[in-house]
Amino acid sequence: MKRILLTGNGAAAWGARLASVDYVPAFPITPQTEIIESLAGWIDNGEMEGRLVTLESEHSMITAAGAAAATGVRVFSATSSQGLLYGMEMLYTVAGWRAPFVLVNVSRGLSAPITLEPDHNDILAARDSGFLQLHCATCQEVLDTVLLAYRLAEDEQVRLPVLVNMDGFYLSFTREPVEIPERERVERFLPAFEPGSIRFRASAPESQAVAVLGGGPYFYFRYQTHLAARNALKVYERVAEEFEALFGRRHAVVEAYCCDDAEYLFVMMGSFATKAKAAVDWLRSNGWLIGLLRPRLLRLFPEAVFRCELAGRRGVAVIDQNLSIGAGGVLHTEVTSALYGQPEAPPVLASFIGGLGGRDIAPEEFYEMAEVIRKAAETGETPPPRLLYTETELRETRKLQAIAQVERRQLGEG
Amino acid sequence: MTATQSPLKPKAYKSSVKPVWCPGCGHFGVLSAVTKALAHLALAREEVALVSGIGCSSRLPAYTELYGFHGVHGRALAVASGLKAARPDLTVLVAGGDGDGFSIGGNHFLHACRRNMDIAYIVMDNEVYGMTKGQASPTTAPDWTHSKLTPHGTGIPSFNPAAIALASGATFIARGFSGDPGGLTRLLVEAIQHPGFAFLQVLSPCTTFRPEQKEWKKMVHPFDEDATGNPVEAAQRIVADDGMSTGLLYRTRIPVWQPANRVSMEVSELEGGFQV
Ligand SMILES: Cc1ncc(C[n+]2csc(CCOP(=O)(O)OP(=O)(O)O)c2C)c(N)n1
Ligand code: SF4
Repeated sequence: MKRILLTGNGAAAWGARLASVDYVPAFPITPQTEIIESLAGWIDNGEMEGRLVTLESEHSMITAAGAAAATGVRVFSATSSQGLLYGMEMLYTVAGWRAPFVLVNVSRGLSAPITLEPDHNDILAARDSGFLQLHCATCQEVLDTVLLAYRLAEDEQVRLPVLVNMDGFYLSFTREPVEIPERERVERFLPAFEPGSIRFRASAPESQAVAVLGGGPYFYFRYQTHLAARNALKVYERVAEEFEALFGRRHAVVEAYCCDDAEYLFVMMGSFATKAKAAVDWLRSNGWLIGLLRPRLLRLFPEAVFRCELAGRRGVAVIDQNLSIGAGGVLHTEVTSALYGQPEAPPVLASFIGGLGGRDIAPEEFYEMAEVIRKAAETGETPPPRLLYTETELRETRKLQAIAQVERRQLGEG
Repeated sequence: MTATQSPLKPKAYKSSVKPVWCPGCGHFGVLSAVTKALAHLALAREEVALVSGIGCSSRLPAYTELYGFHGVHGRALAVASGLKAARPDLTVLVAGGDGDGFSIGGNHFLHACRRNMDIAYIVMDNEVYGMTKGQASPTTAPDWTHSKLTPHGTGIPSFNPAAIALASGATFIARGFSGDPGGLTRLLVEAIQHPGFAFLQVLSPCTTFRPEQKEWKKMVHPFDEDATGNPVEAAQRIVADDGMSTGLLYRTRIPVWQPANRVSMEVSELEGGFQV
């Protein structure tokens, strides 16, 4: 086992390398490109086997990935943001093919306006596609999760593609010490793919819901896919246990940090949750009983864990780095629906929207959120959803708008 | 070409935003030629829309004082087609890279050529994806080995934009060089004036990821012959060409496609239709 400094992108590439993937269809997009370029480099210098093929877009890339996976080879690919959305048609389609492979998404906000910086609207747009979703907070987790994701995807009870998510820039370009597990041990955890019935043989067709079907049969196959996704949690738990036994690192379905005695909780996903951790430490040193819950899986959403972990708490702040336009935070909706009708559900489940387009969430903002839920808990009334947007930011934006207006006037309102 | 008296200088078409292009990038030359062509044609700034996709080249609209539309990667022509259909009065220019136009957006190129709307399409061709740091595009030679993604070259024959444009029914096909501002301005003026879809490939070096393209200035040369209106002749010239000839290659005139702007019916007319 060796420990080296790796970016999140480097860790994802190492995950694919250790998984001994056979085929990597590729197309560049910032901030993901380093992943496919690392793999191309290793394949070129003979450190890795497998074929990397560049395509003309993410649409063709995801199609090629699904088609190759449907023949029973191990497939890896990576994308981000607009690329994931451009491939959206194929996300639903290849999930319907029940083609197991791993697609890393490096989260970046969506157009328009255009941004290169991260938030979770890209990956959450794929929420209902049939891909399972694993969200990472550290570079080590990225590497480990790629390995876990193959076990999950290829499991007989699941057989679905899996998206592994990391935040662009904050994780993709940040170096952290990462342990690279030994190949032999990885092979014990993740042996060569045994595709079973996933194969492609003209003489013995065994097609997977690719025909044109209406009504009853259509419904049947969609529901089969749903049931397979419902198996994901227990399969994940099993493989995460095996992983821990072999590598000594535990990646629970939900990370619970300082939760045992907590009266208040933050709930959030991805690398920004490490900021929430730091805020929990500071608040605790100031006498707060507060903790953090971070779901690693968004699909399948670990409802039962949330019901259990949130039971009896006084107040919860769900922090979403996404905005379901017109509705609010997606994670908040997921948590709320998990809690409906639970006798011990916390009385206060507040929604905060922050970090869109890479906007930071400052420590003070975590303290402020804690304060908001504590106050709300006194009355037992959940406050309305709140944006983490400061007056200074608003003033800056207004200033830009004023400049634009002046320019427009100079141009004669053309 | 008629030289109209211009009330605006080329500079007036430039915005105050400073380009973030690398020093020596060919795209500077295109920006300058676009502003000169517009000044030459004396087009009012608010009568021109400049649509782009995503890429270094596609930043062009931000650097002009025109109606800019910085779209999504590969969709510039689709945006422009919608715009032109709704606002036929606007002069619609489209700009983007070889990646934007021939790779992810390749299908729109074929259909824009055959649809023949009155649009001028400028592809700033540097045979590379510049913005994502140097990967092979469809116009990259199969043996270009300097991309980390394809260290042995793509091994895939490159795409010939002029041939594809001709085969798809484009009515104006030209090639310019960003290092020849005068020639490029003249071609742009003609492209804008051409009624129908005008395709202008501009050889525009990427000094960062294709430094060898600095040599292009020594390699470009004008087409031997004047433009033809005969597609067979044009095809023969394209096949014989080394890809470095500049000038107008092909021009023909067929009706411009523009969906009719139907005025909605008067009630009396409508009632008329119901009388027996
Ligand atoms: C759907 C989608 N996929 C990928 C990208 C990433 N991307 C941005 S620009 C670009 C290629 C740019 O190359 P080109 O169009 O030739 O322009 P240049 O930068 O060379 O001027 C790519 C692949 C994107 N923005 N959107
Ligand atoms: S990377 Fe290449 S295309 Fe992009 S600005 Fe620099 S020189 Fe121009």
